[in-house]
Amino acid sequence: MLADKDRIFTNLYGQHDWRLVGARARGDWDNTKAILDVGRDKIIDEMKASGLRGRGGAGFPTGLKWSFMPKQSDGRPAYLIVNADESEPGTCKDRDILRHDPHKLIEGCLVASFAMGAHTSYIYIRGEFYNEACNLQTAIDEAYAAGLIGKNACGSGWDFDLYVHRGAGAYICGEETGLLESLEGKKGMPRLKPPFPAAMGLYGCPSTVNNVESIAVAPTIMRRGAAWFTALGRPQNTGTKLFCISGHVNKPCNVEEELGIPLRELIDKYCGGVRGGWDNLLAVIPGGASVPVLPKSICDEILMDFDSLRAVRSGLGTAAVIVMDKSTDIIKAIARLSQFYKHESCGQCTPCREGTGWMMRVMNRMVQGRAEIGEIDTLEQVTRQVEGHTICALGDAAAWPIQGLIRHFRPEMEARITAYKARAAQPVAMAAE
Amino acid sequence: MAKVTVDGIEVEVPNGSNVLQACEAAGKEVPRFCYHDRLSVAGNCRMCLVEIEKAPPKPISSCSWPVADGMVVHTDSPMVRNARRGVMEFLLINHPLDCPICDQGGECDLQDQAMGYGSDHSRYAENKRAVKDKDLGPLVKTVMTRCIHCTRCIRFITEVAGVPDLGATARGESMEVGTYVEKALSSELSGNIIDLCPVGALTSKPYAFVARSWELKKTDSVDVLDAVGTNIRIDARGPEVLRILPRVNEDVNEEWLADKSRFALDGLKRKRLDRPWARRDGKLHAASWPEAFDAIAAKAKGLAGDRIGAIAGDLCDAESMLALKDLMVALGSPNVDCRQDGAALDASRRDYYCFNTSIAGIEEADAILLIGTNPRKEAPVLNARIRKRWMAGGCTIGLIGEAANLTYDVMMVGAGPDTIMGGFTQVLRDAKKPMVIVGQGALARPDGAAVLAAAWKLAADVGALSADWHGFNVLHTVGGRVGGLDVGFVPGPGGKSVAQMLGGGVDLLWLLAADEVDTSKIGANTFVVYQGHHGDAGAARADVILPGAAYTEKNGTYVNTEGRVQRGFLAVYPPGEAREDWTILRAFSQVAGQPLPYDDLGALRRRLEQLNPVFGRVGFLPRFGCSDVTSPAGNPAAVSATPFVAAVTNYYQTDPISRASPTMAECAGVFAPARLAAE
Amino acid sequence: MAETSTAAFAQPTEFAFDAESNAAIETVLARYPAGRQASGVIPLLDIVQRQMKRQTGSAWVPRVAMDVVAKRLGMAPIRVYEVVTFYFMFNTKPIGRYHLQLCTTTPCWLRGSDDVVKACRDATGIQSFGETSADGLFTMTEVECVGACANAPILQVDDDFYEDMDAERTKVLIEALKRGEVPKPGSMSGRQTSAPEGGPTTLTTLTFPAGE
Repeated sequence: MLADKDRIFTNLYGQHDWRLVGARARGDWDNTKAILDVGRDKIIDEMKASGLRGRGGAGFPTGLKWSFMPKQSDGRPAYLIVNADESEPGTCKDRDILRHDPHKLIEGCLVASFAMGAHTSYIYIRGEFYNEACNLQTAIDEAYAAGLIGKNACGSGWDFDLYVHRGAGAYICGEETGLLESLEGKKGMPRLKPPFPAAMGLYGCPSTVNNVESIAVAPTIMRRGAAWFTALGRPQNTGTKLFCISGHVNKPCNVEEELGIPLRELIDKYCGGVRGGWDNLLAVIPGGASVPVLPKSICDEILMDFDSLRAVRSGLGTAAVIVMDKSTDIIKAIARLSQFYKHESCGQCTPCREGTGWMMRVMNRMVQGRAEIGEIDTLEQVTRQVEGHTICALGDAAAWPIQGLIRHFRPEMEARITAYKARAAQPVAMAAE
Repeated sequence: MAKVTVDGIEVEVPNGSNVLQACEAAGKEVPRFCYHDRLSVAGNCRMCLVEIEKAPPKPISSCSWPVADGMVVHTDSPMVRNARRGVMEFLLINHPLDCPICDQGGECDLQDQAMGYGSDHSRYAENKRAVKDKDLGPLVKTVMTRCIHCTRCIRFITEVAGVPDLGATARGESMEVGTYVEKALSSELSGNIIDLCPVGALTSKPYAFVARSWELKKTDSVDVLDAVGTNIRIDARGPEVLRILPRVNEDVNEEWLADKSRFALDGLKRKRLDRPWARRDGKLHAASWPEAFDAIAAKAKGLAGDRIGAIAGDLCDAESMLALKDLMVALGSPNVDCRQDGAALDASRRDYYCFNTSIAGIEEADAILLIGTNPRKEAPVLNARIRKRWMAGGCTIGLIGEAANLTYDVMMVGAGPDTIMGGFTQVLRDAKKPMVIVGQGALARPDGAAVLAAAWKLAADVGALSADWHGFNVLHTVGGRVGGLDVGFVPGPGGKSVAQMLGGGVDLLWLLAADEVDTSKIGANTFVVYQGHHGDAGAARADVILPGAAYTEKNGTYVNTEGRVQRGFLAVYPPGEAREDWTILRAFSQVAGQPLPYDDLGALRRRLEQLNPVFGRVGFLPRFGCSDVTSPAGNPAAVSATPFVAAVTNYYQTDPISRASPTMAECAGVFAPARLAAE
Repeated sequence: MAETSTAAFAQPTEFAFDAESNAAIETVLARYPAGRQASGVIPLLDIVQRQMKRQTGSAWVPRVAMDVVAKRLGMAPIRVYEVVTFYFMFNTKPIGRYHLQLCTTTPCWLRGSDDVVKACRDATGIQSFGETSADGLFTMTEVECVGACANAPILQVDDDFYEDMDAERTKVLIEALKRGEVPKPGSMSGRQTSAPEGGPTTLTTLTFPAGE
C-alpha cells in the first residue's frame, strides 16, 4: 500500500484548506524558482526520466510530449493547454484536483509552460464544473496576487499568464484538437493530424495539451526527483495514479495509489469490496467508458497499469474503475455507453456519425433480445468499421466497449435473444410492444 | 518534388501535395465526397482512405495526408477496400435509396461509388433518419435527408463566395446543414453548391424534375451575360435549353458559374421573336422575311450614308457585329457604336479597354484599386478571384465608388473620381504588382474619358505599367462589348456615337439586339430596325423586327473582359423563323444590293481575323506587359467630384434574356436592393 | 442543445447585455490575444444565459442574443448558431427556474439513477425529459456523465452537484427547491467529498498547519 508520505494529492478529499495558505502548508509553491532555475532542458529530462505517462487516457510519455515543442521560437508564441474537460464516464479525479488542490495544478502549469517556452496557458475546464472553475479562478487570482504567476513568476524572470476557459457541454472537447477548436470559439470538431499541435495548435501556434493530473504531479516529481517517482509503480508504468472507483462497490471513492496495484486490492482495500463480496463480481470496466469491459475471471488477477491492461485487450484509460456485480444487466450497461457515444459524436466523420447511432440502436435491441443471433456478428463488424476509420479516437472509444461485451459476454447476449424469441413466440400473454 | 509509389507506379509530385493528388498523378482513382481541390480540406467523409506503408497501421485519409519522399501507397489493398466498403455502408444507412425519384440520379457521386463499394443489400434494420428541408431561396432546392454532411457547400459559401450563410448546426447524427435562421443564400455564386453537392441534397430548383442527364445533348460554349466569359456547357433536349453548367477553365472561371448565367435560361423561352414583323399604319404586323427586308431596303434607298446608323447590343457575337459594320460601310455609313451606355471606352488601343492583368493574374497582385465598380454584381466569378487573392493575404484592396459588401475588406478611398490620385496612391506605389480596375460606372458618365485617362495616369504613376506587368484593367459588364471594340464597332471618322444617333441623328437606325439604349430618345421620324431575339425595349420601338438568335442558338465568337477570344456553339436552333444573326445581315445585304463578301461562317471568320488578328487566337490569351505608357485621349485633370454610381444595380435583370426570366424575376424580388441593404 | 429555431415559443425581439454582463465580458475577452476574440463565444453565450436567468428566471439563449454575441465578437451569425447548437449546456428555448440535470450514464445508472429520475418525475409532475413542470419551476434534462462518478448518482441543479442521491433524497431536495430553499450541494449522504463512506482511509497520517 502506498504510504501517505508518497501521495502527491494530499488534499484529495478537501479536508484541508484548498487556498494558497493551505496549499503552501502542504508544500506547494515551495521555492518553485529553484525548479525553474534548473532550466528547460533539465526539467524535460527529469520528466522523461520519471517515466510519467499522460494521465488523460492515452498514456503517452509526458516528458517526450513536452520535448516536441520547438526549442527556438519562430516568433509565434507557444501555449500550454490543460485539459480539464474531464468527461469520460467513470472519471472524476481531475475534479478533486481542481477544487481541492488547484495550486498544485497552477504550479504545474508554470513549470510545464516554462519547460515548453510558453508564456501563456489556458485551462479548459468542462462547463459543468462551475464550482470547480470558481475555486480554480480564486486560486489563480491568489497566485497572481502573490507573484507566483504573472510577470516574473516566482521571481524566476519568466512571465507567465494563466487563464481558465469554461466549456459548455461536449465530451469531444476532451480530444486535444477538438479542445483547441473549442478554445478558438468553434464547434469542438477534432482536427486532422498532421499537423500536430506541437507544430500548429492553438491559434496556429505551437501548443501542448496535457491532462490536469499529468501537469499537477509535475512539481512534486521535480521536487522529489525522477528516481522517487520511478521507484513507485512498475517498470514503464511508474508513479502514483488517481483511481476513481464507482459502481457496485460498498464504498465508491477516489484514491491515489501506485500504478500496478492489483484491481482486487484496490477494490477490497479502499472501497469496502464488491457489493455482496468478490464472488458477486460480474465485470469491471477498468479505465473509463472507452475501454473494453473485463469479466471477473480476468479481474481476479489483473494489475492496474497501462501495459497489464493492454495485455488483456483493455486499457488503463483514465483509471476510472466501474464495477458491476452480478445483478447488473451487462448488456444494458454497455448499451448505455453506446447511447453516450452517440450523444457525444461531433458528427464530422461518416463512420462515427452514422455508426454510433447504428450501434446504439442495435445495442438497445440487444438489451431486449429483440434481434437475431447473427446480428451479434453484424454488430461486431460494424464496430470494426468504425474503429480506426475516423479523425479522432471517439469512434474507437464507441467501438471498444461493444467489442469487449461481445468478447466476454456473448453467451448472455445470445441467451437474451433466445429468451425474447421464446417469449414472442408464445401465444399472446402480454401486450406486444 | 517527392517521389511516391502508388500501387507500384512511381510518380513525382510537388512537396506539399497530399496523397490523394499523388494517387491521381499515378492515374489511380480515389473516391471522395468531401474533398474538393478548390476548397479547404475537411477530411470528414473518410471515403478516400488508402494504405500507406510505414504510417500508422490503419487506413489513412489520403486527402489530408501530406506526401513524403519515398512514400509507398496502396489504393486497392484488402484493408483499403474493406474500409471504403464500411464507409459506403455508413453513408447509405441513412441515405434514402430513392435514386429513381432523385434529381441527382445518373450524375451522383454516391450512386457511382456505391457501384464500386456498395453492397447489394442493407444490414441496417433501424429506422432511417429524416431531416427537414431548408428553404435556401429561389435557386437551390434542398432534400436534406439526402445530405451526407460532406460540408462542401458550407466551405464553398464561406471560403469562395465569402457569404457565410451556411453552417452545420447541432452535432452527431443530428447535425444539419442549413442557415439555422431561414434565409435565402445571399450570394451571386450560390448555384455552384448544386454542382459541388456530391448527392441529391442540393439540386437546382428551377430544373427540378425536368430531365435526366442522359437525355441531354451537351454543347460546350461560353457565357455572355457578363464579361467574364465563363466557360459553360449547355444541356439541351430537343429545342429547349434545360440547364447550363460551368466548365473548368483555370484561367477564366476555374469551375464556377454566376447565378444569372446559370439560371436565366428560362428567359430563353419567353418573349422570343420568332418571326419577322413590319410596322404598317402604326402597328406591327407579321411579315415574311422578304417583306421585312424589302421594307428596310425601301427605307434605306436614297438615304445618305450619314443618315444611317447601327447600334450593337451587349450580348452580340463578333461575327454579327462585323457583318453589320460591313453592311454599314457598304451603305456608306460611319455611324456604328457598341457602347450603348455611352461609356467613354477608347478603342484606339486594345489595352485601353481590356482587363490586361488577366483574371488569373489577379492572384499575383498585391494591391488593387477598384474605381467605380462593384465586381460582385458586375462579374461575380471574377470577384471570387479577387476574394481568393485577398484570402491568401498580403493584398490591400481600395475602393472608389459606392460602398458595398464585396466579400472582402476594402479601404474606402473616396466616392468620386477626384479621389483617384488620393489616399490609395501610396499603397499602390509600395506594391510590387499593383492593379487598377476601372468599372463601367466610372466611364459611362460625362467625364468618363477624363476618368479613364486619370486611372491610366494613376497606373502609370504608381508603376503598374511596366514591361512585365500590366496593371491597368477595364472591367466590362457584358459579354459582347470587347468583341465590339475589337471589331471596331465604334464611330468611324466623322461618325456618330450612340447619343448622336438618337434624337433624330439618323433616319434609319439598325439596332442589333440593342435594348439598353433609351428608346424614348430615338427621333420620332427615325426608322428603326430591330434585329434580336427578345421582345424587349428595342423591339417595342421597331418599325421592322428581324428575329435573331440568342447566344445559345448560334456559333459565335465572343471576347471577354480580358480580351480572350472564345467560341460559343449552337446548342439549339433559333425558334421559328429566327436565324443566326450574321446570316440575316448577309441576306439583307443581297436585298440591299450590297452583298457582303462571305457566304459561310468560315469566310466571315477569315475576314474577322484579317480585320483584327486577335480573332485568330481563340482561347489562348498571352500576358502582355505595357511598353508604351501613352495615355488614352481624355484629360485626367478634367474629372468631376460627382460620386460614381454602380453600373449594375439589379444583378439579376441586366439584359433581355434575364429580364424575360421568371427565375431571375423571383430573385430580383427576393434580393431587392432595399432588402439587402437592410441586412 | 439542438433545437430548431422555429419551436413554438416566443423569441424576444431584442437583447442587450446589462452592466453586470458587460463587466464579465470585459474580463473574459482580456484572456485572449488580439484578433482572437472569437474564443470568447462560449463564455459570452454563458453570460447571455446567466443574464436571462437573472432577468427572466429562465436560463436560455434567445436567437437575437446569438446575433448580439456574433456582432460583439465580429463573427458571422451562423458560426454562433453552430456553437450554440453544438454545446449541450446552451438552452435554445426557455427552461424552468431550476434546471434538473440528471446523469443516467452507466456509473450513475449502476448506482440507481433510474430511481432518481422517477423521484424527480413524481415530485415535479414532469412526464419526460426536456419538459418543464406546470408550475414553471423545473425542467428535467437527461445529461451524460457529469464527472463525479465516485459520488453517483448525481443530480445537477443549475450549477450545483447533489451527489449520492437516491429517491428519498431527491424528493427532499425538490421539496426544498419548491419552498425556495437551495440546500448546500455536495454529498447528500454526508460523506467527505469523494472519500469512501465512513471517512478517508488514506491521507490519515498527514497533518498540516491549519489554513484559513
